Amino acid sequence: MAKHVVAAVAEITPGGRKLVDVKGRPIVVFNLGGEFFALSNRCPHRGGSLCHGKLVGLVESSTPGEYRYSRRGEIIRCPWHSWEFDIRTGKSWCDPARLRIRHYPVSVEAGAQLVEGPYVAETFPVTVEDDYVVVEI
Amino acid sequence: MNIEARQPSRSSRTKPAIVDVDIHAKSSVEDLRPFLSNRWGDYLQTYGQRSRHGYAKGFPYPKGQPLASRRDSWPPDGGLPASNLDFMRHQHLDQYGITIGIMNPLSPTGQGDQNVEFGAAMCFAANEFQIEHWNRLEPRLRASVCVPYEDGELSRTEIRRRAGDQRFAHVLFMSRTSELLGKRRYWPIFEAAVEAGLPVGVHVFGYSGWAMTNSGWPSFYIEEMTEHSTSCQAMVTSLIMEGVFERWPELKIVLIEAGFAWLPALGWRLDNAWKKLKNEVPHLKKAPSEYIRQHFWVSTQPMEEPDDPEHVIDVMNWIGMDHILFASDYPHWDFDDPFLALPPKLTAEQRGMIYSGNAQALYGFA
Amino acid sequence: MTINLHAIDCDVHPTVPGMKALLPYLDDYWRDSVEERGIGSLESISYPPNSPLTARDEWRGTGGLAGTDVTQLSETVFGRFGSSLAICNCLYGVQLVFAEDMARAFTRALNDWIVKEWLDKDARLRASIVVPLQNIEYAVDEIERCASDRRFVQVLVLAMEEAPLGRRSNWPVYAAAERHGLPLGVHAGSAYRHPVTSLGWPSYYIEDYAAQAQGFQSQLTSLIAEGVFAKFPSLKVVLMESGVTWLPGFLWRFSKFWRGLRTEVPWVDRPPDEIVRDHVRLTVQPFDVPEDSEAAERAIEHLRSDDILLFASDYPHWQFDGDEAMPKAIPRALYRKILVDNPLATYPRLKEAVR
Ligand code: FES
Repeated sequence: MAKHVVAAVAEITPGGRKLVDVKGRPIVVFNLGGEFFALSNRCPHRGGSLCHGKLVGLVESSTPGEYRYSRRGEIIRCPWHSWEFDIRTGKSWCDPARLRIRHYPVSVEAGAQLVEGPYVAETFPVTVEDDYVVVEI
Repeated sequence: MNIEARQPSRSSRTKPAIVDVDIHAKSSVEDLRPFLSNRWGDYLQTYGQRSRHGYAKGFPYPKGQPLASRRDSWPPDGGLPASNLDFMRHQHLDQYGITIGIMNPLSPTGQGDQNVEFGAAMCFAANEFQIEHWNRLEPRLRASVCVPYEDGELSRTEIRRRAGDQRFAHVLFMSRTSELLGKRRYWPIFEAAVEAGLPVGVHVFGYSGWAMTNSGWPSFYIEEMTEHSTSCQAMVTSLIMEGVFERWPELKIVLIEAGFAWLPALGWRLDNAWKKLKNEVPHLKKAPSEYIRQHFWVSTQPMEEPDDPEHVIDVMNWIGMDHILFASDYPHWDFDDPFLALPPKLTAEQRGMIYSGNAQALYGFA
Repeated sequence: MTINLHAIDCDVHPTVPGMKALLPYLDDYWRDSVEERGIGSLESISYPPNSPLTARDEWRGTGGLAGTDVTQLSETVFGRFGSSLAICNCLYGVQLVFAEDMARAFTRALNDWIVKEWLDKDARLRASIVVPLQNIEYAVDEIERCASDRRFVQVLVLAMEEAPLGRRSNWPVYAAAERHGLPLGVHAGSAYRHPVTSLGWPSYYIEDYAAQAQGFQSQLTSLIAEGVFAKFPSLKVVLMESGVTWLPGFLWRFSKFWRGLRTEVPWVDRPPDEIVRDHVRLTVQPFDVPEDSEAAERAIEHLRSDDILLFASDYPHWQFDGDEAMPKAIPRALYRKILVDNPLATYPRLKEAVR
């Protein structure tokens, strides 16, 4: 497992996302209210590019006519067939046990530390002043 | 939003030749204006299109996403999905190596409009637009002959105008016609299609004006989507029972975006009832399922996805592997990815047939 | 049939010979109205009386009708087919009546007629409560009125009504059905509020009959999408004379769309195919399988459940020849479930007789 610097924290604002390429793998990084999540960009259904999906809330219901809406902005709907995935867990709503998006460990590191390594940031200029999003693969 | 990278191109793979029989190249109302007379241009401007449903704009059952389109299909120029040729090439035609794509325009085309004369003018314009704006620039894209199908004679005129023009692949209907498709009012259209040597494509949607189920109006879009297969079952039944194929033995019908798993069961049901009710339809010379086998082709999208993928192969075998055509439905949300949609256990030969062989044989594409 | 089981025939049809037969069960006002206004018959074009499907020839009596005679029905269903119980679903066209009060009067008369002319005459007969969906309060009243007679085992509606069955305005009926342990039986037929296809009226009767299967598909979609099974978790729905083989393909389609569109109907919190396997049952005549036995076997496999099929002869409709009412395609290994276990599990009231 190597750590890869994929973005400056300031680049992905809360509610934002960034598609990055780590060792040839497309990964989408989401910022949910300051927390970062890194997911494979390929939808496990038929490969839709998740970074093009819409962020929505979670609608649940315990009885017909009731729409319980929570967690706005924490569910990504695939841009193709609209299946919902929980960004926090990668699990699909429709088949959580069998169908989930690959999740990668992600952390925020200070630029000062990064400069010392052992981080992979070949294509990414890192400065000591900023904080960075780091994905482990 | 922060989107920087694109999905990696799959060009490194060896691409099979793919004929995609359902691409929704888009026009706007303004795009059609140059091909309309002043009379109909003004009419369009003033009264607009009026389908057999209540809304002046939009849909009776709101879609799951804007224009029922893939969210990644909006081109960078700010236009509508599938309105920009370069972007369509990049995202679809080149991405998957589509060798031929059939355009099935849905709206605006004037098809099914309450005013059939206006509908005829709009269909003419939609057909011109497909040629001028798309086919001329990208010959891989073939056109459909849009016809104002609620009027047989006006439709015949439009088909005759396009007959012999290789750039047109088939005559296009929407599935929800105001009467069942086998009824006599549509016969001039079948006659003209056969005369022109064109298959008839029937794409789901349109508005019949009747309740969307035979038990009244449903509430939800998910019901409307599911109902396409029921209206298509009625349509197939009608074409057979009215004796359309006895009258035009060369007539070929392509069912587009209707799914297909319902088709064999419909054939069994019709055969079963026909055994008892033969004397009501003495003009039928063989079992209903035989007409289905001979005269109907299905497109694959939206691909059936049972838990056990073998089941869908059973169904494909029952329909006949030689009558199944690949369709993506680009740019719509229920799009099928050409590389991933087909059941993995199909043989290479079967794949070849579905991707291109069957379509080439049916449409005579070189 | 040689199987010595308590086979249960879940769909037989007593035929009302004409309005005259119902007169004794109407009050004075309606009895006089029927005569004054010349209302002779409510037969529906879903089953044109002389159509070959409506009755096997050998079962037609004087006047050409079949299913009018309790002795003949019993001899056939219990004697020749070997069942030990049968559920009567009367298809007289009371659902077609437009005026609510008339519908109520005729429906009550019909249910009373079933009790007196059928249930009281053969202890092996059970029946469905016909309800006037023209007015939901009336429909509920009718269930309440009849349900105390334990020989009524189900509530009966048609595959095509004025509005899709899932619509919430119908829910009081389902609440009453659930309360009394009565499944909702949906039988082929139409109230003819709409053309039998969503593309208008067909030319031929065979198209009408074929379209029944589309009605069932639409009703299942509606019942699930509107949340009927979420609201009434113990309600069972029995689709009768619907054909069976359309079901798997229908479920694939519906379940696939559900994955992408479920937020529109968030109470549908599991795939429609699962809901159907838990709540929906289908009778086996007609079965609509292919001749080719291998394909038939595969088609049955596609159902992925041994629990959803119920035996039915559909007497006196002509679905088969001879006395073997079980469709040939059904494997022997499933007989016991289809003949006995599944019906008993579906209709709680039948157990009272079998003990
Ligand atoms: S590809 Fe993502 S839902 Fe189908």
